[in-house]
Amino acid sequence: MAINTEKNSYTILFAVAMVVVVGSLLAFTASSLRANIDENQRIEKQQNILYAMGVNGNEGTGDITFVSTAEVADAFATNVEEQLVLEFKDGKIINTLSREDFLKSKAEGAGKEPYLVDIKKEQAKAKSGKSRFLPLFKGTQNGETVYVAPIRGKGLWDAIWGYVALDKDMVVKGAFFDHAGETPGLGANIKQRYFMDDFYGEQLIDKSGTFKGIKVAKGNNDPKNEIKDDYEVDALAGATITGDGVSAMIKNDLKLYLPFFQSL
Amino acid sequence: MGLLSKKDTKLITDPLADNNPITIQVLGICSALAITAELKASIVMGIAVLFVLGVGNVVISLMRNIIPSKIRIIVQLIVVASLVIIVDQVLKAFAFELSKTLSVFIGLIITNCIIMGRFEAFALGNGPWKSFLDGIGNALGYAVILIIVGFFRELLGSGTLLGIPVLGDPIEQTGVYSIGYENNGFMLMPPMALIIVGLIIWVQRSRNKALIED
Repeated sequence: MAINTEKNSYTILFAVAMVVVVGSLLAFTASSLRANIDENQRIEKQQNILYAMGVNGNEGTGDITFVSTAEVADAFATNVEEQLVLEFKDGKIINTLSREDFLKSKAEGAGKEPYLVDIKKEQAKAKSGKSRFLPLFKGTQNGETVYVAPIRGKGLWDAIWGYVALDKDMVVKGAFFDHAGETPGLGANIKQRYFMDDFYGEQLIDKSGTFKGIKVAKGNNDPKNEIKDDYEVDALAGATITGDGVSAMIKNDLKLYLPFFQSL
Repeated sequence: MGLLSKKDTKLITDPLADNNPITIQVLGICSALAITAELKASIVMGIAVLFVLGVGNVVISLMRNIIPSKIRIIVQLIVVASLVIIVDQVLKAFAFELSKTLSVFIGLIITNCIIMGRFEAFALGNGPWKSFLDGIGNALGYAVILIIVGFFRELLGSGTLLGIPVLGDPIEQTGVYSIGYENNGFMLMPPMALIIVGLIIWVQRSRNKALIED
């Protein structure tokens, strides 16, 4: 069987057939696996929020153990006492919605569980001058009320995001970071325990109530991170841009919650 | 070796040393620099490439008589990209944790020149079985270099292997750190990977003079 593969007509035909076959194959895979993937991502969000809140299976000093996928729904229901959504516009919180109100709301990006709010889309809404939603998850840690806020920003290669637990004075009570494609061994280490744990106890606002943020600082003279009121944690070697991304997302996103914490 | 003829065996063993994709063919350097800062990432990347190159080589080899030569590079790219994306989607649905570890490698696999290089140089002109062996051999050769580079970079750069501290604790000053040893942060940077690859090339060529080009 000899086909003349040099002919233009054959080339075009082959290209069209290839696109159709590959296209439908990918579309089929994506749509048939969609439900499973969404479910996995939903579970992951719950696990991450609980982790930041301090509800996790960590045993040693180096491991990161989430609540297991089988138990996460129950754990989320019992530990997250309240899901709030703040509507934010022009530097002010114009509305505070309860979970029930938010589920009923017809506004763009609303009408779902608050923990499923797409931070990326909310950031885009704010950029185009619209109001954005800021989810907040209330829980208890060692008898004290903590609020977990989601943050999102840019690393070196791709998106980075996280959840930060704050007490009423905006002192960090837990942090979880993740990334889509930072360099393994360098920027990807923002996911390591030693980096995330450094944030514990750090302050976000100074005594006068001005928002300072937490800087991932190079050349910080406090590698063991014992000084908790310097608004700095020790940076990761070789991951300057990822570290700057972490500083920036803490500054940009957590600052929006300042009016809420001041009103407590 | 009953299963493999002498020629077939050579397809697997050659790329491990005398025709190594990284040190001799100089393919796949970019990913060898990018992800070898720790040993675990090197091993994961090695396994991922092993899978993609093995399967991809067979697919391209089966299609070799019907691929129009004018658009063969595009066809190869589509084959490898869709393979990788399908695997990624399946892992996301059924092995979510694993897929999170691998996500960073997806882009690196699609653009890995070893894969395109072996499609072009071998699979387009040989049968599926030979192509499969060639794919496995080259992926193993690639993995060996990645693991060597990853071993030295993680050990000297972070003082750990597979994330386990082997030299003591640099902050608490235990182990070798108590006598003044310090981790070399420069080892974590991509240039040091290039230097280590260079050293491997040097050692390899000084042991086998036949490999030295004029």
